[in-house]
This record gives sequence, structure tokens and C-alpha cells, in this order.
Amino acid sequence: MWHMLTLVGKDQACIVAEVTRVLYEQGADLGEASMIRLGGNFTIMLMVNFNGDAERLKVILTPTTKQYQLTMHIDKFDGKLHDHMQADVQICIYGADRSGIVASATDALSAAGLYVLELRTDVAGSSDQPVFIMEIEGYASKGIEALKRAVEVLADLEVSVQPLETLIG
Amino acid sequence: MPALSILTYPDPLLKQPSEEVFEFGAALRIFTEELEEAMRAGPGGVGIAAPQVGKHLRVIIIDAPEKNNTPTHGKQILINPIITKWKGMIKGREGCLSVPDYIGSVIRAQVIDIRAQDLEAKSIELKMQGYEARIVQHEIDHLDGMLFLDRLVSRHHDLKKRK
Repeated sequence: MWHMLTLVGKDQACIVAEVTRVLYEQGADLGEASMIRLGGNFTIMLMVNFNGDAERLKVILTPTTKQYQLTMHIDKFDGKLHDHMQADVQICIYGADRSGIVASATDALSAAGLYVLELRTDVAGSSDQPVFIMEIEGYASKGIEALKRAVEVLADLEVSVQPLETLIG
Repeated sequence: MPALSILTYPDPLLKQPSEEVFEFGAALRIFTEELEEAMRAGPGGVGIAAPQVGKHLRVIIIDAPEKNNTPTHGKQILINPIITKWKGMIKGREGCLSVPDYIGSVIRAQVIDIRAQDLEAKSIELKMQGYEARIVQHEIDHLDGMLFLDRLVSRHHDLKKRK
């Protein structure tokens, strides 16, 4: 059965290698995963197919999470592989950093039919002039023109809404 | 149901280079008809190469829809295609009938000149750009035993912070 394993902590070398070695040795299979450094910290979300319950998985991983001082969270879930929705639009938004950019943008976009499939944000620029940058890939259920109209409310930000074309050959 | 089935990775036949076509005739024509049928049976297929059905001949079929007012050549059956010139590089998203359920980013030339033969062995030369050029490059890779997975680049490197 599938479990979603989340690990967060100070970034150090060998975390992925050690965690996946332990899982492999316990007969677990891995599915989709996303690992990224956020604010200098290690973060990973990992689909783990494990023939046991979440408590047993936690016991198996605890020596490693203690060694690397990682916070661990495990949920059993009804996920499955081969269940991707294909993105057909990419939205980039940037501007002087302020509170509420993600909330106002995603509120307007979701009302216009956007399913967010992937979202990344970063704060660039300098500490006295921070620039907020957000990239979204998603599926435009009501078409791209609806999204373009929706983002007109973000008047203080630069916004581009571009179709994503995918070749299947 | 199409007469030809599409091979999917990790079938080793997909990594095997294809041979130049020397025999033009009824058998080749029938094969290309069946190859096109296999392409159209897949979800959203705009191109196919002969090795994707296990036939290692340098044959591709493309059918690029016109997008963003960029003209295309429509359906083309290209025998022994080669790229003679290329210009510009651009990143785009690709999937493959032989690699179901995965989309990745690949850098391809923006404009290409190709030389090929048609079903009568007559030489043809075409200039292609954008989406159509990408399809041809993807399919010619199949003829050389390469998949788009061999050319994947990061989907996220466009807006990286300058260090």
C-alpha cells in the first residue's frame, strides 16, 4: 500500500542515499518523488509502496531521521502511479515582493478554471528590494483566454500566460 | 485495431539504429499506410518512426497541425530523412507513443532544412520550423535508436537566480 513520506531538515550530504537504502532493504518500492532545497533546508515528498502500516515504516526510518535530524511525517493514502494530468498552460508572475501575491493570484486563476499541477516560488533580488517570482504549470479547464482575463486584477505584477504545447511522437 | 503495435520502452528494439531504405514499391507503401494507422491510433500522435513498430527502416511520418500562424507541410511520409541545416535552439515539451505517461523538456533546433525521399524515391527538400521541426527531430532520433529521454533537460532552468 502507498504511503506519502515527508522529510524536512537541515540539508546535508547523503540524506537521499541513506533514506532510500533503508527503504530498499526493507522491501519498499518508490514511486513519484519531489525533493528540493527550500530556504537552505532539505525537503522531500516520496511515494513509498510498503507492505506494512505507517507505524512500522516510521520505526524503520527513525534511526536515519535521528541521525540526520529530520522531521518525518507519514500518511497512508490512496495514490496510484500513471495518473498524470497534462499541463496545457504556464503562468509566470513576478514583481516587487508583498504579502498576498500567491493568495490573490491563485484565487483569481482557480475561479477562471485553472487546476494547478505544479507551483514554484522564489524570492530573488536583494533583501532591501526583494522580487517575488512564481511559476505555475496547470490545466486550463475553461481555456487560456479566461485565465488571461482573470490575471488582469494583478495590476502591480508582471504576468504572462502562455500555452504549453506538448509533442507526442 | 491497427495492424501494427507500437513498441514501448524498455523494449530493446527501440534503441537499435535503423537501416537506409533502398527498395521502394508496393510493400513500402503498404507499410507506411499501416504505420500511419498506428500513429493515429495513439493519443495525440503527430509523428511516428518505423522502429516504433519494430521495423528498422529509415521511415518517418509526421503530421504537424498549424499552430500560432506558423505554416506546416501537413502529412509527410519521409524516407531516409536527414537534417542538412539547423538554426536556433529552443526548449519544448515532448512525450512519446513509446514512452507512455511521461512528459519531459528537450532542446531542439528551431529551424531545420531536411532532405528525404518520397514513396517514389524522388528526392525532396523541405524547410521546417517550430513544432513541425521538433517533430522531425524527435522522429529522426528514433531512427538512430534514441529516445527523448536521452535528451531531457531541466524543466526549471529558465528562471534561475543569477549567482
